Amino acid sequence: MDFTYDEEQQALREAVRGLVGKAYSDYEQRRQTVAKDPGFDESQWGRMAEMGLLGLPFSEDDGGVGAGPVEISIVAEELGRVVAPEPYLTSVVWAGGLVSAVGTAEQRAEVLGALSAGESVLAPALAEPGRRWANDATATTASVDGDTWTLTGVKEPVIQGERADVLVVSAMLPEGGTGLFLVAGDASGLTRTGYATHDGGRAAKVALDGTPATPLGEAGADVAASIATVTDLARIMACNEAVGAMETALRTTSAYLTSRKQFGVTLNTFQALTFRAADMYISLELAKSLAVWATMVVASGSPAEIAEAAQRASLQVARAGRHIGQEAIQLHGGIGMTAEYSIGAYTSRLTFLDHLLGDAAHHLRALAASVGDHAEVDPLP
Amino acid sequence: MQLELSAEDAAFRDEMRTFFTTEVPQEIRDAVAERRELTKDQIVESQRVLNARGIAVPNWPVEWGGQDWSPLRRHIWHEEMQRADVPAPLPFNASMIGPVIAHFGSQEIKERFLPATAKLDIWWSQGFSEPDAGSDLASLRTTAVRDGDEFVVNGQKTWTTLGQYGDWIFTLVRTDPDVKKQAGISMLLIDMTSPGLTVRPIELIDGGHEVNEVWFEDVRVPAENMVGELNSGWTQAKFLLGNERVGVAPVGGTKRVLAQAKEWARETDQLDDPMLSSRIAELENDLLALELTALRVVAHSADGKPHPASSVLKLKGTELQQAVSELVVDLAGPASLASGAGDDSDLPWWSRRATPAYLNLRKASIYGGSNEVQRQIIAKTILGL
Repeated sequence: MDFTYDEEQQALREAVRGLVGKAYSDYEQRRQTVAKDPGFDESQWGRMAEMGLLGLPFSEDDGGVGAGPVEISIVAEELGRVVAPEPYLTSVVWAGGLVSAVGTAEQRAEVLGALSAGESVLAPALAEPGRRWANDATATTASVDGDTWTLTGVKEPVIQGERADVLVVSAMLPEGGTGLFLVAGDASGLTRTGYATHDGGRAAKVALDGTPATPLGEAGADVAASIATVTDLARIMACNEAVGAMETALRTTSAYLTSRKQFGVTLNTFQALTFRAADMYISLELAKSLAVWATMVVASGSPAEIAEAAQRASLQVARAGRHIGQEAIQLHGGIGMTAEYSIGAYTSRLTFLDHLLGDAAHHLRALAASVGDHAEVDPLP
Repeated sequence: MQLELSAEDAAFRDEMRTFFTTEVPQEIRDAVAERRELTKDQIVESQRVLNARGIAVPNWPVEWGGQDWSPLRRHIWHEEMQRADVPAPLPFNASMIGPVIAHFGSQEIKERFLPATAKLDIWWSQGFSEPDAGSDLASLRTTAVRDGDEFVVNGQKTWTTLGQYGDWIFTLVRTDPDVKKQAGISMLLIDMTSPGLTVRPIELIDGGHEVNEVWFEDVRVPAENMVGELNSGWTQAKFLLGNERVGVAPVGGTKRVLAQAKEWARETDQLDDPMLSSRIAELENDLLALELTALRVVAHSADGKPHPASSVLKLKGTELQQAVSELVVDLAGPASLASGAGDDSDLPWWSRRATPAYLNLRKASIYGGSNEVQRQIIAKTILGL
């Protein structure tokens, strides 16, 4: 058992911290970036590709780097620290992860090669109106005529759905089950209506109407189980991103308490405030422990173990994210409500992450249903 | 980063598990599992079984019976002990005064006290808190005045846990009233059979007698019983309290009670209630997060100094310990009222013990540096507030 980064992992962290810090450690730069479409910095995306970050999770045969979950978690946490707007989590970890898990060798080389090189942005188009974080598709249907597949239905919200070069779309198969499909951004019968999200990012309504699509992997195969496992990996990386965001939110809040004066003294004179900051620290440390643990489970666990780890980490991080996000604004007072100041963006991003892949109640429901299946929860495999 | 235990650590865990479940008398383990108060003899016997194997005081220096274990192994030892319902070695001996004597004591004091302390031939009591010195410990007023080769001690200590069994008491006493309060304190070891020393019981809200007042009236203590230099007692006190903070995160014990609580919920057809199962699931998740935080903290502790985040362990550990005891009272429901019923009651034993255990554990967020003191430590030391 070892909770420390090795030298290469430390070097990776320093490199990523340098890269994202240069771009966004000045919050005003982040603010200007998200004000313009596509809500992130394309040249920063290119620099991330040059550093090898976009290909980190994928095998070398597919044009990637072949790194493990710990390396991916390092990137996610560092992006979280500065609330970097680049769609790493959704485009690389989630959509890229789906292609990696399900795609043919040829598809992986082509799609992941372009993604790793920074030439292509992917968007995971899984969400359907009226559904909540489901692994299967019911409202979007796939039809086949000869060798030609088409999709019909609405996907929303699709993160970066308007900017994406390639959409990874889930749809109900003619024979039942859920398949994944690649849809080109310029496909016919595809209507994308983009909008800004509260965290500064972009999403879209993606309407498919007889839209030509390429089955990802074996045509007609039900891949709901693969969607579930890749989504669990994305959940765990979202937890790591949230940990980075919470660390900065707490550090920013502590710094504010020691500098802001009221009644002639700095705010850290008031124990009512410092005790609340201490409670934020407790929430953060507990959440971080589960995020780190779940990341290590990915390296060695079965899909069922990874699913449980994702639920456990997500529940803890969701609770902590709300606690820290809400208190960070409250302890700042009025300035925390302004868009000009950074702290609200952290709370907004934490709220976004909370609802991207399943909230606390979603995960707690699953955990509660299985409390009778074990005596104790053991963190060791 | 790696989650698995190394083959050596896994073997160590198995060795501990086998030892605790086969060598410690079953009656003692049953008493812990059934949340009964242990007798003095049971506590002594259990510690002697551990000491005979050389694992009663692993955190001490090797030359005094400790083990050169990694922090992880110490953690495994502690968790397996709790998992097997084995009572921890008496904390006053094993984690409080023992390490202080080993670190600050003269060779003579070490030889005189450490072997007997490890073996529990001497039962130590703690004489720190006073009626007007609780969280503000440095305000203590018990005085020790030098008279020839002796100190004469006058004053009152309180909250002395299990003081009724005590052979010796380690005390903080004021030896210089004219300097900053922390700078005028010394640590004295006092034989509890000394003339002028009186132990009086304090009855607690659970009906039990666990803590005491200890009165000192012209108690004469040989000067050689001082640990460390004159007026350096605050240093020893901080060293001791830092160790205490780490030792009081009762993860394994709380997990054990929660696992039992699920059985009790099953027996009373409550486990399928979604409100109850979600409450249990949250507690299990918080305990998992606490256990992993403890593992992260032990992995980063250097030089035996407590990691500042150990305050998180004390605070959250006691909160969860209390929350699980509260869950058990709620599971018992109306049966929890029958706390005074004997074994001829028709109500299950656990439901009759639920409320006294719950009331007793309200102490956990107060002792060992109250949870408010821990928040203060986090705010100041970690957050710089």
